[in-house]
This record gives sequence, C-alpha cells and structure tokens, in this order.
Amino acid sequence: MRRMIIARLHNVTGILNRFTAVLNRRQVNIISISAGVTENQELTHTTFVVEVDSLGEIEQIIKQLNRLIDVIEVADITDLPHVAREVVLIKVSAPPERRAEIFTMIDPFRVNVVDVNRENVTIQLTGDSDKIEALIDLLIPYGIIRMARTGSAGFERG
Amino acid sequence: MKKIKLKTAKSGSQLVLETLKDLGVDIIFGYPGGAMLPLYDAIHGFEGIQHILARHEQGAVHEAEGYAKSSGKVGVVVVTSGPGATNTVTGIADAYLDSVPLLVFTGQVGRASIGKDAFQEADTVGITAPITKYSYQIRDTADIPRIVTEAYYLAHTGRPGPVEIDLPKDVSTIEVTEINDPKINLPNYHATEHADKNQLSKLLTQLSVSKKPLVIAGGGINYAEATEELRAFIDKYHIPVVSTLLGLGTVPVENPLQLGMGGMHGSYASNMALVEADYIINFGSRFDDRLVSNPTRFAENAVVAHIDIDPAELGKIVKTQIPIVSDLKEALQILVSADRVTTDFDEWTAHVLENKHRAPFSYGKVNDFIRPQQAIEWIGQYTDGDAIIVTDVGQHQMWAAQYYPYKNPRQLITSGGMGTMGFGVPAAIGAKLAHPDKNVILFVGDGGFQMTNQELALLNGYHIPIKVVLVNNHSLGMVRQWQESFYDERRSQSVFDAEPNFQLLAEAYGIKHLKLEDPKTLSEELKILSEDVPMLIEINISQAEQVLPMVPAGAHNDEILGVYFTDGTDAITGASEEVNHA
Ligand SMILES: Cc1ncc(C[n+]2csc(CCOP(=O)(O)OP(=O)(O)O)c2C)c(N)n1
Repeated sequence: MRRMIIARLHNVTGILNRFTAVLNRRQVNIISISAGVTENQELTHTTFVVEVDSLGEIEQIIKQLNRLIDVIEVADITDLPHVAREVVLIKVSAPPERRAEIFTMIDPFRVNVVDVNRENVTIQLTGDSDKIEALIDLLIPYGIIRMARTGSAGFERG
Repeated sequence: MKKIKLKTAKSGSQLVLETLKDLGVDIIFGYPGGAMLPLYDAIHGFEGIQHILARHEQGAVHEAEGYAKSSGKVGVVVVTSGPGATNTVTGIADAYLDSVPLLVFTGQVGRASIGKDAFQEADTVGITAPITKYSYQIRDTADIPRIVTEAYYLAHTGRPGPVEIDLPKDVSTIEVTEINDPKINLPNYHATEHADKNQLSKLLTQLSVSKKPLVIAGGGINYAEATEELRAFIDKYHIPVVSTLLGLGTVPVENPLQLGMGGMHGSYASNMALVEADYIINFGSRFDDRLVSNPTRFAENAVVAHIDIDPAELGKIVKTQIPIVSDLKEALQILVSADRVTTDFDEWTAHVLENKHRAPFSYGKVNDFIRPQQAIEWIGQYTDGDAIIVTDVGQHQMWAAQYYPYKNPRQLITSGGMGTMGFGVPAAIGAKLAHPDKNVILFVGDGGFQMTNQELALLNGYHIPIKVVLVNNHSLGMVRQWQESFYDERRSQSVFDAEPNFQLLAEAYGIKHLKLEDPKTLSEELKILSEDVPMLIEINISQAEQVLPMVPAGAHNDEILGVYFTDGTDAITGASEEVNHA
C-alpha cells in the first residue's frame, strides 16, 4: 500500500541519507521524495511516498525514523485531511497537425505550456498525483519524449 | 552563536582531550596513524587520561566495549583515518546491537582533501552511519567542545550506543582563541522517557487477572541500573523469570524464581514457561530471535507487556498489548511502590519450578575428555560466582551462559546481538581495566582466539591479570555442531587440521600458561585461577562436544532438543524435520 510520510528534519549534511537509509534497510520502495527548506532556514520539510505491506510496517518504520537524532517529527498523513501537490513537466510530441487536438484534450487540466517548438511542446501541470497521472495517461498515445516529476510536497490541513 | 574567549590559544587536539577530561574520561583505547598524529602529539604528556595502546583497532573497540559494558561508563576509542577507521567497523556494529555507550574518534584527512580519494581516506561517516547512534564530522575547531560534549551525552543517555566523531587532521591542528558555545544543543532528543502511570497500572491490572505470568529480564536492566528494583518486583509477586543472555546476573542464578536463560540454548524450564505463560512482562529485552525463535508463534496464548526506553523496540517483533516507553528503573520503582494487586500464582510457580528441577542443564560426567561444562562449574565454585565472566562467541559462550552461577548485574560480558568472534580477548582486557579488583575470566574458543589474540601483548605491558580459559575443541565448534545437526554431518571447513602451539604463543607474550587435558586432575589444577597474574589456561576437550539443549532456529520454544530429565522420563527427541531446516 502507498503511504504519504512527511518529516521535518534538521537541515544538516547527510540527514536525507540517514533518513532514506532506514527505508532502504527495511527494503521499502520510495515512490517519490521531495525536500526543501521551510519557513525556518534550519529545517527541511520532506514528503515521501512509499510502498509498504501493512500499516504495522509503516508504524514501525516511523518509530525507527523518529529515533534519528536530526528528525524533528515524522508522520503518516495518508489518512488525515491533507494538501499535497506535485509538479510535472512533460515534453510531448506535437506536430502541427495534432497540436490543436492535444490542446483541447488537456485544456480541462488547466496546464501551462512552458516551451514550444516545431515538433513538440512542454507542458507543466501542478496538482495531486491522481490528476498528474490522469494527464500522463492521456498524453501517452501522443508520444511522451521526456518527463520530470517533482514528487509530492504536502502537509496536514488545518 | 555565542562565542567564548579562551585564556590561551588551544589546538583542536588539546580541546578534544580537555573536553574529554572535563567529562570524566580517564582512559582511552587507541592506535595512532597519520591523520591522528596531532591528537597523539597532544596525548603525549597529557595528564589525567591514560591511553591504552591496542594491537589492532578492532581490539581497541572491543576493549572499550568491555570497559563500558562492565562499568556503565562511556568507552572511548581513538584511531586514525582510512584503514584505522575501517578496522573499527566490526566493534562499532557490535556496540550498536548491544547498546554499548562508546565514543569513537576517527582521524580524517584534511578538509581540503576530503572526497578526493586522498591517501588513507575513507568515508567513515558514511560507513558508520547505519551502525551508530549518531555520527559527526567536525568541520570547525571552535565546535570541538560542543560536539564532544554532545556526542558523549548521546552515547550514554537514552538507549546507549556508539557515537562516531570524524576529526579532520587540519581541524585538530588549528589553534583557536575562542570556541563556540559548548552547551548541548539537541532539541529533539529525548534522553529519558518517563513511564506513563496509566500504562503501568494496566500492567498491574493484567497481573491481577493472569494465572501464569512470566518476567523476561533483558540486558536493559543492566543499562538502566535497575537490578534492585527488578529483584524487588519479582519478590513482591513471586513471578518466575527468564533471563536473556545479556540479562544473566540481574536475578541471581540461585534465586529459586530464576529459570535461567531462555531461547536457543536456554533451559527447558525457561522455554516451557515462555510457551505456557498467559502473561509475559518483558523488561528491557528486544525479543531477539535467539530468544523468540519463531515470532509468529511466540507467546501465542499470552498477553505481552514490554517496557523499553526505545519506542522503536515496542511491537517490532512480538505483538504487544501493553507497550510502555520508559526508563526501566523509573518504571520498576513505580511498579514496586504501587499498591499490591491480588494475585495467585502458587500453582504456576510450583509447576515451572518443578520443570527447573526435572530438567536442569546437564551433561554426563564420566568421560575420557574434560567436559567443558564441568570446568565452568568448578570455576564457578572457586570464584564463588563472583568473577566477571567474559566470553568470545561459540559453544564455549553458551556453556559459560548455562553453567556459571551469576549473581551480579554486568557480570557477563559477551557479544550478544552481533555474535562477534574475536570479541573476547580485548573485551576481557577492558573489563579488567574497569574492575582491577575483580577476578576477570575469559572463556574463548580456539577459533575466535585466533582472531584477536594479538591483544595478549597488553597483559604484561599494562599488568592486566586476566585469566584466559581457552576451550580447545580443535574446531569451530558451533559451526561444526550445526553441520552435524542440520547438514548431514558434513563438517565443511569447520575443523582445524593445523593449529598453532597455543602454549608457545602464550610464552611469546610472556604470560603464565598451562594446558589441561586430564579430567581426573582438572578440579585441582583449576585452582590456579586464584593467582593474580595474567595466564592462559588451555583446556583440551572432545571435538564431539555439543551445546544442548537446543531450540532449532525457527522452531517453537517447546520444540527443544536434547533435554534430559532427572526423573528418567524420556528425553524429548525433538522437532520435526521441517523445523530442523528452517
Ligand atoms: C567474526 C565471525 N565470523 C564468523 C562467525 C560464525 N561463527 C559463529 S560460532 C563460530 C565458531 C566458533 O569457534 P570457536 O571460536 O573455536 O568456539 P567454539 O564454538 O568451538 O567454542 C563461527 C565461525 C562469527 N560469529 N563471527
């Protein structure tokens, strides 16, 4: 099952390494990571989406993560009301004759077109992972040339 | 950050030593090398800290471990960069698994060379991160007092463990006239966890409704200095106790409620009690698989309460209905002083104690060879159960756990979690340095002895009168036993065809030595142990000797092989084939 874990970490060298080493040791697959400084320059906020077998497993992993000295807080927010956003850049093949069709298709997603040339366009979308996956599915038939995802960034609501 | 002016300029190395001294460190174990030359230069003539020169860095770490495990103080190690640092890895991992407070200083190449594959460079922080409680690389000389203070604090508080400090050569050379605020700055670190009173009363309520309770006494009792409280709790309620390997001594063997070690080579009484109990209270053991064997079937019919200072241990292996995060001493104090709940365990206690008398650890005494079990029993008598016993890893370790009559906390110094061969000789040295007035006896196999016997050089050099009892079965006994039991007796690479003359080896190191081979005279000959000089006593035993009883890996605790009943009933012949190979 997929779980979204957020963590606030001391922004010191090697902390991401230590954090992911705990996941690595327990053979947990990381689906996405995002990390960046917070309102407090000394802290990093990270969001991990991971695949685990059970709730018991993720609970245990969180305890092990909490034991790291530079971890300030770790939480599984999957089942809590939360906000999470991800950015994706997709370069899709768009020869002039198909371009209009592509744009009509993706219009409801409220995407931004950030780069255009004769054969392809690069589209940027911000949203939750479901939305991003829906867009990707839609574009696959046209030929995705390159794609980059940031991974979700999120926290609890309220 | 607050700066503090120094009266005189000081080098990084001086700051390291002075901070250690201020923290109360009076002994360090180490081995010099290029990147540590500045520190070693400062050690020269530094007063108040004794330096013990090991003969291998692994030796230095195990020495510090033996010192720390037997005293509760922080063991301090100093080694050089690269190969010096990598040689410490086994010892650091050993300390990590057994929660031993250690401070390990490793040299590092100068800051400008880090990451450039410089001479004798290794990514020590990277290598040791997964096996330390924390690791630092000091980048600024002015940070030394804070980092050393913090690291020391981390090592011995909370769940103790090894902390690594990587010290680049230039950082230790530079002289500074002011330092950064040395105050500990660990806002999210919980040094002590306080018992939740509600949870503790749940523990007692469950006791009042249970009929067959059992206490597991783990190594955490030692670390929390909670022996008195544990004994008081057990006496108050008359609950039988299973010790883990690292918990031996916290309840004396002669206490009638002590069932002995549980698990793979534990007693029949302990293992049966683990299966039959309806309530298991675990104080400071991490449910290691050598105790639990098969976690899916462990304590199937029991409610489990687990008290540990590390929340990550609760529910990790065994499902726990009453998890309590706490300092053990505090929790036990509250439990002991709480109003007595009404209990009735008489029938249960009588039953488990009967098992203890029906099937004690036993061995046939008539033999052409010396029986190692008997040798240990005699040593137990001659030392009045009061010696510090250190072991290496293997069969002798298990016999020492089964047959020595422990009665004190921190009395058995052994590598529990890692099972590190080579631990014994150096750990015994460390234990003796911590307890010069105690008799320190090491049991070591001929295999593990050959891994760190170079440390014998310290015995005369520093006047460390430990007694090395070399239990020689001319084989890697424990491996051989598994091959005999589970691999159709194919003794692949477990028998030594050629061995050094251990007597000459001891001679080379200038220590007293003797070889004992005759079971008839052994008892008399062993009395030599009372002499206060370093010595090697080699005991020749049969190569066929086995450690019994045994719960095969993965079997249930009652699927125990090799039990002999004093009343002549049939021995249990054992578990199914399937289980044997699990
Ligand atoms: C460093 C290390 N290597 C290998 C092992 C695996 N091992 C466990 S017990 C054992 C045999 C030990 O033989 P010996 O030291 O002679 O002791 P005995 O079992 O004969 O008492 C071995 C090889 C280990 N525990 N540690």
